[in-house]
Amino acid sequence: MLLDIRNLVQRFGTTTVLDGLTMHTSDVRALVLVGPSGGGKSTLLRILAGLDVPTAGNVAFDGEQLPRDEPSLQEYRRTVGTVFQAYNLFPHLTAMENLLLPLVHVHGLTDLEARARVREPLERFSLADHAHKRPAELSGGQKQRIAILRALVVQPKRLFLDEPTSALDPEMTAEVLDMIGELKDLGTQFVLVTHEMGFARGVADEVAFIGEGRVLAHGPPGEIIDRSDVPRVRSFFARILR
Amino acid sequence: MPRWLAHTIVVILFAALIALAFSRVNYAWNWSGVWEYRQKLLQGFGVTVALSVAALVGSTLIGILAALLVGSKNVLLEAVGRVYVELIRGTPLLVQLLIGFYVVASAVGLENRYVVGVLVLSLFSGAYMAEIFRGGLAAIPQTQRDSARAIGLTPWQSLRLVILPQAVRLVLPAVAGQFVSLIKDSSLLSVIAVSEFTLAAQEVNSFTYSTLESYLPLAAGYLLLTLPLSALSRVLERRFRYET
Repeated sequence: MLLDIRNLVQRFGTTTVLDGLTMHTSDVRALVLVGPSGGGKSTLLRILAGLDVPTAGNVAFDGEQLPRDEPSLQEYRRTVGTVFQAYNLFPHLTAMENLLLPLVHVHGLTDLEARARVREPLERFSLADHAHKRPAELSGGQKQRIAILRALVVQPKRLFLDEPTSALDPEMTAEVLDMIGELKDLGTQFVLVTHEMGFARGVADEVAFIGEGRVLAHGPPGEIIDRSDVPRVRSFFARILR
Repeated sequence: MPRWLAHTIVVILFAALIALAFSRVNYAWNWSGVWEYRQKLLQGFGVTVALSVAALVGSTLIGILAALLVGSKNVLLEAVGRVYVELIRGTPLLVQLLIGFYVVASAVGLENRYVVGVLVLSLFSGAYMAEIFRGGLAAIPQTQRDSARAIGLTPWQSLRLVILPQAVRLVLPAVAGQFVSLIKDSSLLSVIAVSEFTLAAQEVNSFTYSTLESYLPLAAGYLLLTLPLSALSRVLERRFRYET
């Protein structure tokens, strides 16, 4: 995907969260957004995912502008997948019903077609034995993996993952990150917000450091994480990678 | 000790206590007088059931409407909802019935006291229902709405498939509890001469002078309606208890 962001501004009341953010990526499969909390990563991701409309500015994926009106945005959201930090799954439905819901109610598959569609992915990611369970009966890692699967089975153009492991313990984090790594190998495109720098280094084609509502550094992971010449970026990694 | 056994023992103890109290005052029981009027009591019971069911439907509808008003982004609509809820919850049902029947209903020419009774009762209970519904909707976390939007649901689908199924589970126990109150509150309709259960008991008492024999069946009759509802409320609470 080619991502082209120009002068993106997002204000909530008097607070400016994105302050003229501009970025052009090369043709990447995995873009990872890193940076301090409150720097605007999640706000940016919500705009990219079509959940929020920016105050000003433009975003284009592969040359296609993101719409600003709600009906077109709803259409757009049906072509992409989004996974949040936690509470993605609907607690009153089983894991299987969670997977079927968008397929049946948004993408018009019959129940049978939908079940056929999710069978193979459930097997591949060793979740078939948990499909009959409600979210409350699943571990945090299983919940997130089902949520990623739910976003994936509608065959989206790309995934948006907003800190999908930050509510998990290290073991579950590894389990979810493994899945994301596998997805990349399978050819899935995604934009990921994460604090897992080791993982970012391995999976990202490009890393963008978001801080103070702007892109402070952007490029191949090694360049940004290990040898950035931007003081703000270097001090950030020096502190967290100590 | 199993729960049913504990309950049985407690009920027996209570009954014994009350029996002891009665034996101390040497009350002269006279059930035959009241038995003559059993038909009247049964009719009253039937009217109470009918009124309660009608007001139950009415208060649910009004409650939904008022919850929508209170939650509205339109300041005027929100004010209407708020004022209604606070006014109703802050004043006695007795006063609402008297004003509703002798002033409002008379002014608009509505003479059927049963209709007025059901309307006032629905308005009264609806204010409480509104708060229950509003609380239920507010208890659904924002991420659920986000997730519903993210998978491409329309606002209506999101309400129907995601929000309401969860909100209904959350509010059902409280709604069942509100219905229990509603049934007992319907006894106040006797003040506008609606021939429901309580008025029937009052009349039987005035015919027979057997006060306790008239009112004890009244208590039993209300329990007959409210106990199953309370039990249902508890069952629902257990059944829908799940963590997110």
